[in-house]
Amino acid sequence: MIAVPFALCPLVLGCEEETRMTGYILRRFGYMLVTLIFVTIVGFFIIELPPGSYLEFHIQDLRAQGGNVTRDQIDALERRYGLNDPVYIKFWKWISGFPRGDFGESFQHQRPVNELIWDRLGYTVLISFATLIISWTIAILVGVYSATHRYTIPDYVITALQFAALAIPNFLLALVLMVFLQQTFGTHVGALFSPEYRDASWSIAKLFDLFSHLWIPIVILGVGGTAWTSRVMRANLLDVLNMQYVQTARAKGARERTVIWKHAVRNALHPLVMTLGMSLPGIISGETVVATVLNLPTSGPIYFQALIQQDMYLAGTFLVFLSIALLIGNLLADILLVWIDPRIQYS
Amino acid sequence: MAEISDQAVSTTVDAQEVSDVGELPQSKLIWMRFRRNKLAVIGGIGLILMYIVIALGPFLANNNYMYQNDDYIYGPPTPITFIGPSGKLGLRPYTYKVSTRLDPEAFKFVFDIDLDTKIPIRFFVEGDSYKLFGFINGSAHLFGVEGGQRFYPLGADGLGRDVLSRLLTGGQVSLTVGLVGVALTIVFGSVMGTVSGYFGGLADDIIQRIVELIMSFPTVPLWAALAAALPPISGDFSALDRYFLITVILSLVNWTGLSRQLRAKVMAYRESDFVMAALAAGAKDRRIIFTHMMPNAASHIIVVAALAIPGMILGETALSFLGLGILPPAVSWGSMLTDAQHVPVVIDHPWLMTPGIAVILSVLFFSFLGDALRDAADPYSI
Repeated sequence: MIAVPFALCPLVLGCEEETRMTGYILRRFGYMLVTLIFVTIVGFFIIELPPGSYLEFHIQDLRAQGGNVTRDQIDALERRYGLNDPVYIKFWKWISGFPRGDFGESFQHQRPVNELIWDRLGYTVLISFATLIISWTIAILVGVYSATHRYTIPDYVITALQFAALAIPNFLLALVLMVFLQQTFGTHVGALFSPEYRDASWSIAKLFDLFSHLWIPIVILGVGGTAWTSRVMRANLLDVLNMQYVQTARAKGARERTVIWKHAVRNALHPLVMTLGMSLPGIISGETVVATVLNLPTSGPIYFQALIQQDMYLAGTFLVFLSIALLIGNLLADILLVWIDPRIQYS
Repeated sequence: MAEISDQAVSTTVDAQEVSDVGELPQSKLIWMRFRRNKLAVIGGIGLILMYIVIALGPFLANNNYMYQNDDYIYGPPTPITFIGPSGKLGLRPYTYKVSTRLDPEAFKFVFDIDLDTKIPIRFFVEGDSYKLFGFINGSAHLFGVEGGQRFYPLGADGLGRDVLSRLLTGGQVSLTVGLVGVALTIVFGSVMGTVSGYFGGLADDIIQRIVELIMSFPTVPLWAALAAALPPISGDFSALDRYFLITVILSLVNWTGLSRQLRAKVMAYRESDFVMAALAAGAKDRRIIFTHMMPNAASHIIVVAALAIPGMILGETALSFLGLGILPPAVSWGSMLTDAQHVPVVIDHPWLMTPGIAVILSVLFFSFLGDALRDAADPYSI
């Protein structure tokens, strides 16, 4: 994690840079598409995994009712999901529906999966993204502070808090915070909207209402990540502060603030940005669990419920789209990395 | 890496120790470095105590963890006093007689503590029978009360079961899931990482694509999806089978990190002089891997493993909490917390949150230990 000095990078970036960058992004994009295909295969594998699926129960139910109408229904279901076909045809039947927005049926909700997922995925992405931005901003500030004030009392306090924050599972933090807020303010937390806005159409007031609820999941989700990121930032910055160019900057008579923020922090940041892609899975999976506790209208509660009920088309589709969100996040993180630090080789 | 240099400055080594470095065996140096870290010592001792306590669980808690007391649903922790019936402060602890009645208006159980009737708490009291370590049969408990009344030091849950007893039994699952899971992770991760780094070529390509694929899923949802495929507990599929498969699932997703790091290590070793020398001397692949590379990578593997344990504990807790991990009749800290999912329940019965404290403590202790191991694994860094 030691910063590479400029001189070691033989890349001379001139007018070629733009084409190299485009090529890099295109290559990464191609990579992503290949991964995507495998992700859908895993998603389907998971749909097929449980011994008795909701679909089979459903068909058994229909069969028990008997009669011609149900016979037709059963035939339609069997044809649609290819129950008697080999696995690869079943997979093809599922995957070929994707471009049409047909991901199968949720038997538990008796609605197409397509109608159920988008709002919830949207809120998951919104909360995860907001958490990422806020937690990184705070983490960088805290990391810089504790690195520049090393072995002072505030630094020790921050270190202790970081350890504690990393040890608390976020769903437990959610429970504790809910109990605390309920006890002290008597307000019921959880959900993303007050009851009067839940089914209302979008308006400025509803947006404000959303923001007034949003901070709770963001705080809960952000605590662990902030602790970790600020810890890494502190260590990186301490490494960089030992570098000779920092000494040179000081010797030139640059102000301490300039030395820290312009010379040191910028170089301490890029190992951190490299971990950006790795912190995304944690936030997204944390979000699903916390949302279950706080009862938020995001992917988590409906996804885990679908798994427990073995409503597999819903669960499989959610898993695929959660990891698509992750893949896009990783792509953006990679682009951000080369944009921040042109020394990174495009490979 | 950065952490080490940071740590090193803080503990400016005195001259005596520096002169020792060349003379002491590596194991001793590691132990010295480890012991210097106070937090690690706290973590180590804390964990040893926790494991002893859960191993002796059925003996320490005086109710069976499955016993449902219909008269003590959501019963509070029974109070303890050291003031005896004579009104004098003594060494023998006493508890009060607690009786239950139904409040017809609120339709809730109310527990009346009879402050006049004191019941002595005695040591080695006969109670529910149990099996210790799987083969010692017994019915004596470390402490308890005699005569009809039962004793609930941490209260009871929604089915009138002893929270302390469940906490200790649940700990047997929660605190071992991490160890078993990490052992499996080491096996998967080492094999895959070594094959990938040492042989390279097609095997490397395939393994790396698999690693990337696993890493492109959010962890907990993937764990949950795999756990959902496990059959329910029945005659042919015992709670123990489920426990074992849950650890397999945890490590199936978790080995990727270790394999990547080990791959990098092995690739570096492959170019190193000692491997070249072994090759020149005609050593076979197996000898190079097991005699020359693995001992070098061992400390690294141990550190990665130690740092992975807290994640596994938290993973099991989250899964069981969601109802996809350990299922009844088995119990774990996560599945106990399922009862505490609703805010009003927690507010009325705060003792249901005790498994949360246990989770936090164990994770904290393991993190202290892992951090210290990371610093100690390379005792030559100053």
